[in-house]
Amino acid sequence: MKKLINDPNDVVVEALLGVEAAHPDLRVDHANKIIYRGDTPKPGKVGIISGGGSGHEPLHGGFVGLGMLDAACAGEVFTSPVPDQMLAATKLVDGGIGVLHVVKNYTGDVMNFEMAAEMAAAETGAKVVSVVTDDDVAVQDSTWTAGRRGVGVTVLLEKIAGAAAEQGRDLDGVADIARRVNAQGRSMGVALTSCTVPAAGSPTFELGEDEMELGVGIHGEPGRTRVPLAPAKEIAEMLVEPILSDLPFESGDGVIAFVNGLGGTPLIELYVMYNEVHKILAGHGVSVARSLVGSYITSLEMAGSSVTLLKADDELLGLWDAPVRTPALRWGI
Amino acid sequence: MSDDVTTAAFGAWVRRFAELVAQERDHLTELDSAIGDADHGTNLDRGMKAAVAALDEQQPSSAGPLLTKVGMTLVSTVGGASGPLYGTLFLRMGSTLGDVPRTTPEQVAAAFRAGLEGVVARGKAQADDKTMYDALAPALDALEAALSDGLGLGDALTRARASAEAGRDATIPMLARKGRASYLGERSVGHQDPGATSVTLLIAAAADALG
Repeated sequence: MKKLINDPNDVVVEALLGVEAAHPDLRVDHANKIIYRGDTPKPGKVGIISGGGSGHEPLHGGFVGLGMLDAACAGEVFTSPVPDQMLAATKLVDGGIGVLHVVKNYTGDVMNFEMAAEMAAAETGAKVVSVVTDDDVAVQDSTWTAGRRGVGVTVLLEKIAGAAAEQGRDLDGVADIARRVNAQGRSMGVALTSCTVPAAGSPTFELGEDEMELGVGIHGEPGRTRVPLAPAKEIAEMLVEPILSDLPFESGDGVIAFVNGLGGTPLIELYVMYNEVHKILAGHGVSVARSLVGSYITSLEMAGSSVTLLKADDELLGLWDAPVRTPALRWGI
Repeated sequence: MSDDVTTAAFGAWVRRFAELVAQERDHLTELDSAIGDADHGTNLDRGMKAAVAALDEQQPSSAGPLLTKVGMTLVSTVGGASGPLYGTLFLRMGSTLGDVPRTTPEQVAAAFRAGLEGVVARGKAQADDKTMYDALAPALDALEAALSDGLGLGDALTRARASAEAGRDATIPMLARKGRASYLGERSVGHQDPGATSVTLLIAAAADALG
């Protein structure tokens, strides 16, 4: 294992110290491992929190700030945070009109957030609504699985719902927007390498030099099929076609196109992928209204990419364009 | 009744489970690498070490509060799916046993049954989903059957352990339908479920310490 760390057991704690030192407008509750806005709670604004296992940075802590999240709870690497953390974050950001929990659809995350919402209702009477993201088309038959995973759409949702909350919409209004983003977005990913959880010390799975894993999530878990490595043009087709046919996206639709890196893939390759994705979409008559290219939801140092498409109308695009100031996304300010 | 279980025995059970988890930590994580996300051993070990530390600091004088304390500690320290599931198991057992100094074998079995119901309510798993349920449910069936056949708690728990082991082994050919392993579809077949493996340790620890 070759990593820029001190002790594998201190990775999360020391990264939070780094976040605090690097971003003076954010605060960190080290005991509860929460990154939160210095100006929270804001009376009359819906609070938005998210959280999940660490190792997906900048998700979620890098999206805390004006126009996006109010707080993010960090779990151990690839392990959901515990209910005490979400409860503490809920209390920190509750400006009196309720708190939205953004939860990626993983068994552990869902159960821990569920327990936190029960505790918040019992302890503080805080109004909590949870929206679960489940956009990964690689997971096929949801009756027989834990359901589709929450992946790239989570980033777009946190931006758009954050803007809606900043406009002063009420909890139901913000939750409606969030649900709409999840319903209209789809993703799929591919891994070129595995990744190493610091505490485990060795790669989660083995992948040959000439192989890739299609339909991976963001936890170093193997995907659905292992196939021979292919040119970017073919990989883009393997990711985009299942997304297009799933919603389905149709000729004339406008989308936000998000080409994401999984942590170990350089930006130059992501732009090669974006070029292919853009061409495929044009071929289907789908127009790209906005784009996002970069590593925003990652799986440690895994090489690979995911593609997310969100069918966008004027309202969603307006919220997408609204000002945002976070460590990882900032524009309009 | 000589077969009654003391509070000290419940404390010993928790400690024995923590020991077994520590011993099997790497094995559990290895099983989880194959079909999950390579953290089951690490997380459960962290949680059980915290639970033992909490008991070392102050061990409640009756079984219910003792198991409740263990459950709260697991919920607060483990995370992932194991935290809420094992936490709920202990919390339900604790609230079922209540504040009593000695517990009959039937009460032990009833507490385990309530714990299993809590796990099902939280995780929504059914038989053959390839989860901890597939080892825990047959173990409790065996425990209850053995007690109603008139066996002592020690022998009944030994049978429960054998049924847990058989249930655990039976997860190998199963297709996972819950948790992260379910994302693999057919590729989850041929791997032993990590949760069924760790809950077998829980029953083995009970056979060692409660019987």
